[in-house]
This record gives sequence, structure tokens and C-alpha cells, in this order.
Amino acid sequence: MMIEVHDLTKNYGLTPAVRQLTFAVAPGELLVLVGGSGSGKTTTLKMINRLIEPTSGMVRIDGEDAGKVPGYLLRRRIGYVFQRIGLFPHMTVAGNIAVPLMLAGVDRARIASRVTELLQLVELPDDAASRYPSALSGGQQQRVGVARALAAEPRIMLLDEPFGALDPMTRDRLQQTFLAIRQRLRLTAVFVTHDMVEALLLADRIAVLDYGRLVQVGTPAELWASPADECVAQLLETPRRQAASLERLLGTSPARPNG
Amino acid sequence: MTEQLALLPGYLTAHLQLSLSALLVGIAISVPVGVLVSRIPRFEQPVLAIASVIQTIPSLALLAIMVPLLAALGLPSIGFLPAFFGLVLYSLLPVLTNTVTGLATVDPAAREAARGVGMTDLQQLRRVELPLAMPVIVGGIRTATVWTVGAATLSTPVGATSLGNYIFTGLQTRNLSAVLMGCVACAVLALVLDGLVRLAGLGIVQRRRRMLALALAVLASLFAYAGYSWGRQLLESGSAEFVVGAKTFTEQYILSELLVDQVEALSGTSAKVSQSLGSTVAFDALRTDQIDAYVEYSGTVWSSLMRRREPPPARPLVLQAVKEYLRTEYGIAVVASLGFENAYALAVRRDLAERLGLGKISDLRKVAPGLNIGGDYEFFGRPEWRALVDTYGLHFASRRTMDPSLMYQAASRGDVDVISAFSTDGRIEALDLLVLADDRGAIPPYDALILASPGAQRRFPAALVAMARLDGQITPEAMRRMNRAVDSDGQSPARVAADFLRSLRRSDSPSQAPAEPAPGIAR
Repeated sequence: MMIEVHDLTKNYGLTPAVRQLTFAVAPGELLVLVGGSGSGKTTTLKMINRLIEPTSGMVRIDGEDAGKVPGYLLRRRIGYVFQRIGLFPHMTVAGNIAVPLMLAGVDRARIASRVTELLQLVELPDDAASRYPSALSGGQQQRVGVARALAAEPRIMLLDEPFGALDPMTRDRLQQTFLAIRQRLRLTAVFVTHDMVEALLLADRIAVLDYGRLVQVGTPAELWASPADECVAQLLETPRRQAASLERLLGTSPARPNG
Repeated sequence: MTEQLALLPGYLTAHLQLSLSALLVGIAISVPVGVLVSRIPRFEQPVLAIASVIQTIPSLALLAIMVPLLAALGLPSIGFLPAFFGLVLYSLLPVLTNTVTGLATVDPAAREAARGVGMTDLQQLRRVELPLAMPVIVGGIRTATVWTVGAATLSTPVGATSLGNYIFTGLQTRNLSAVLMGCVACAVLALVLDGLVRLAGLGIVQRRRRMLALALAVLASLFAYAGYSWGRQLLESGSAEFVVGAKTFTEQYILSELLVDQVEALSGTSAKVSQSLGSTVAFDALRTDQIDAYVEYSGTVWSSLMRRREPPPARPLVLQAVKEYLRTEYGIAVVASLGFENAYALAVRRDLAERLGLGKISDLRKVAPGLNIGGDYEFFGRPEWRALVDTYGLHFASRRTMDPSLMYQAASRGDVDVISAFSTDGRIEALDLLVLADDRGAIPPYDALILASPGAQRRFPAALVAMARLDGQITPEAMRRMNRAVDSDGQSPARVAADFLRSLRRSDSPSQAPAEPAPGIAR
């Protein structure tokens, strides 16, 4: 599955939020959108599955104009993980995961076995199925969020700062889980974060946004080698400088994620 | 007490029918409107404002307004319908506001997630928003339930039977155990229904299927029972039943029972009382054939309907004018003049009268500025009061409006000095009050007349003949005695009426025997 974004623009009244964005995500690729708050990264993400309707421009999914499909049908084909997790509090974990399957008209027996599969995939115990979201920790809740996004076997995943609200250790573990799943399922994914370390760890390519404009897009190495401007250079420099400071302080190499 | 208990099934069933059907329709309107309004924010404020305005109308007035409103639309304006519509309106606000509030407080994250997983608007509403808003909506339904069951007692004055019949008749006939019975039964019904709704709500919110099923099953069977008995009533009302109206005071309760008794005994037509109708409600009901007969007083027709302002002529002339007017204007027949007058009169405590030297109304003129007057709900708005003031030049220190059942005691205790008494009221004698003579003839005569509706004259000729036999049969003393038996001795109006008829038939049996049918035309 391939995502093409062409000339995508969103204005709120006279205020432009996203300005004439053009980029493409190759099948199986993970593109990370980075930028400060107000840079338009979440708006861009939500225009891909039309949670927000673009003012102008076009999104193509595998060559097909996304604007021509009813929004809810488009969204059923694309997994979405929310920043605020957004589990349905009145449904059990199993019920939450089953929602996309139910919308797709999958029969009961198949739903039950698929829920078990998905719980294993996101590394949750089987007995979590009958619990309510309020009985889970934040990390567990977002594992359910990921499982729900994956339930209907979408080929595309959109993730909006999915691990932003979690403590660093939990975030690290979820990142590992996500990387493993993505590689196993060969997902095409767009991932929004403002955390440059997370971007560097997960990305195949990184797109840097600033004030609704695309500043630069490329692999981490390309960005490092030839940053388009001072801002991009700083963005890449900061984590490296922090790592160096830590090394100095602790005298050992900081633990690197091994995945 | 056992007599009161015997009425319970009928009143309770009618109350259940009214409140359940009004609630169901109220919910069926307000939940969808609440959903709609929360989708279109532009409508939210106006719709909630309208519902709030309806809510600020006192519930008794709201029900009463329905009577002329329905009459203007050509619908049955007394009985079930006005009560039903009033209660439906009354139940709207709590459910409406709670639906809007409930939906507004749904976590935006859950809403966005619903869209994000690809739900349509309807799926989002049904699977996410409504379930999450449910506890708040159920709270609104519970409030509406308690309000509606309570307000349904007020459907008695618009002619619908309810537990309010206990309360209204009880208050008028000074039967406290009846009042208590009505209040307790109403409270128990409200608690039971509220409990069932709560249980159903818990069943939904906590996903306890068995609890939900149980609550719904009980509610459904209550509803089925109410519907079943309603259907039976409908079938029965197809068969001709003679309906006698009664206004809201003791004498009317007795006379309506008396007419029913008389009609059933002498004509074999089955008859029933439609109780506690407001004064103008009763006349409108008769005019439009919703009741077949009731007792009205000539002076009321003279001053309230004919709007005659001049000093009234002699008693037979007023009676003649009233008969003529009712026949030509409305096609209403005066079947009989019962033989007594129940006039508006001014009464004072006997010792006060003696101290001030009061014997007739003109004696009041000089002392009135130092006295307080009490009157029933209508009195100070009626032309008779204006006539009294104008004719005698009366100016009282203050005036108070109160329930007729409390008025006489207020006079006897000295809370007020003068009251607008009814001349046949048993309490005048019982409480040792003195009626002041209307020496300048300001108040018209109030002969008690049996009126029959235009339809009744066609459909129930035998009943009319039976009632006509009561012409001249009730003396003022007899009426006062009957009123007193109810008001002071605590007997039921039906008992008192039956006793009176029995003694009447015994003392006068030859003329009370049904007349032999006239022989056919001789050939």
C-alpha cells in the first residue's frame, strides 16, 4: 500500500494550518512526521484518513483518490492509534478490539479467535480480554489501542503521538513491540511525534514540518548529512548532544534499545 | 376505610395508565429531540428554553390549559386526553436536558475514536455516545417518572380518574383518610416506578442483563395491564353509559351520586359519575356532550353565562330566562328544578353578629372597613361580588382567597370575620354561623337545576324521565342535612345519596313507581 499526498492544504478560516504539502510513503515504509506544536503534523495525519477534511489538495491510497470514498469506509481500511488512546470505556478490552471487526461484518467465532491473536501480538495476557479499560495501566491501555487499530488487518497505520503520554520505560517497551509488529505485518505507517529520539529510532524516513510547511524529508542519515536549514540541524543535534552529556555524566554508554 | 379501599384498583389503574403512557410518549419525544438538538447546536438554546418555560407553568394550570386548547381543536376536552397531553409536556424537560447534558459530557476522545475506527454517525451515536450518556439520561427519566406520577393526581379536575380523586374529594368532604390514601398510594406508585427505572438503568450501565430484563419485564407487564384495562374500558364505553358530572364540592358529589342512583334504578340505564370537574369545565363538557347531565344553579347561569348585570328579577323569572337561554343557545334542557337554592351568601360568626348588631347585608356597610372577608377561589372574580360591593357599598379591611373546605373553619375560629358561604352548606349550622339576608336583592336566586346535554336528550330519554321525577323533591333542609352528613359526620356521598333516595321512595312510593307505558294507539 502506498500513500501519496499532493498539494495538501488546510486552512482554519484565514489561518493556514498545513500549506501545500506533497510527499509519498512507499509500501512497507514508516514515515515519521516531526515538528514542534502547531507545525501541522497531527492535522496532516488526520487528513490522510479524513478525520479532518482537507481544504484543497489530494490524498491517494494505492493510486485511488481518498476523497472519492465515503470517509467512514476509508477509515475502516486504515488503522489509527490516538494520542489520547480513546478506548471506549463502556466496553471490555475484547469489546474494544472487536469494534473494527464488527464494523467489517466479521462473524462472532472469528472475532473471538482474532481477539486472542491480537492480545498475544501486543503482548497482553489473555485474561485482559474481559477487563474494562479503567482497570488497565496507561501502557496496557495503549497496547489495546494498537490491537484495536490492527484488528481489521489494515495495510496502513496512522499513529498520532501514540506513546507520548507514557513513562519512558513503558514507552520504550511499546516502541519495541510496535517495531516488531510492523516488520512482521509489513505495514505502511505514518507516525507523528515531537520526540526526536523516538523519530530516529523508528523511522525509515523523517519528514520535518514547521508552520505547516514541509522543510525536509529524508532518511535520518540524509538529514544528518545535509540538513536543509539550521532548524533541522538543531533537531538532529539535540539528541546526540544529550546522549554525549549522559555518557560524560555516567561514564558508560547509555542503554540502547536493542530492536 | 374499606369503602376507600374498594376504589383503589380503579383509581390506581387509571393513574398507572395516565402516567405510564404520558411518560412513554414523553421519553419517545424528548430523547430523539435531545439527540437532534445536541447535533445542531443552533437549536439547543431555543428548545431548552421552550421546555423550561413549559416547566415553569404550575402543573395544575398546565393540565387545565389543555381543556380549552383541545376544545378549540375539536378534540375531547375533558377526561384522559387533556391530562395525557399536559403530563407529556410536563415530562419533557428533565429527559430533554439530561439527554443533551449526557451527550455533551461524552469524552471527546471516545467520540474521535469512534470516528477513527470508521463508525458512521448513527453507529457512533448508538454504540458509543448513547451508552456513555445513558446514566445521565436514566437520571432524567427517573426525575420525569416521579414528577409525572405526582402531577397525574392533578388530572382529576380535568375529568380524568386518578389517585387525585381521593385527594380532591377527600379535601372537599373533609375525609382525611381518603386524602391520606391518595397521597400514600401515589407515593408508593412513584417509588415503585422510580425503582424499576433505576433498576433498568443499572442493568444497562453495568451490563447486567438479568437485572435489565427483570425491570423491563415488570414495567412491560404493568404497561400491558394498563393497556388491557384501557382497551376494555374503550369497548365498554361503546355501550351507552350515562355520565353525570360533578363540580368540586360536597353538594355536587352527593347530587351526582343521587342522579346516578336515580337513573340506574328507574330507567335501567347504566350510569357513572365524572368527578371533581372545574366549574366551567363541567358546563363545557355538558355543552359538547362529554357528560350527559349535572346540577347547575340558575344564578350561575344568569350571571356567569348570560352576563346579566342588572339587579336580578324574582326567582321564577330568572328561572324562566335561564331555561330559555340554555335551550336556544346550547340546546341544553333543564330537566328538573330540585326544590332548593344554594345561593352565594355572606356569613358571620353568631357572636360577632350579635356584638355588631348584624342581621342583613346592609348592616355590614358601616362596620366592613374594620372586618376581614374570606372567599373561595372564584368568589372575588365573580359578578356576584361586584354586585354586592356596588349595591351595598362594602369596603372590607382585607380579603383572603381560600379553599372552601377551610373557609368555614377560618370564620368560626375568627381568622376572617365574613365569608362567602353557600346557603346550603351544612357547616353553617354545625359551626354556628349566621347567614346575612340579602335585603336589597343583589345576588340572583340559585335554584339547583338538573341540566341535560343535547346528546343525552336524544340518547337517554328514559334517564331524563327518571331524573325529572326529582323535580321539587329536595328541600333546603334536606340538602343541608345531606351536606352535613358528609362534611361533619364523615359519611360517603354515595351512602348519603342512597339513603335519601330510599326514604324518598318509601314516603312517596305510588308516584315513584315507574309509570305504565302508555297504551299504543287504539285500533
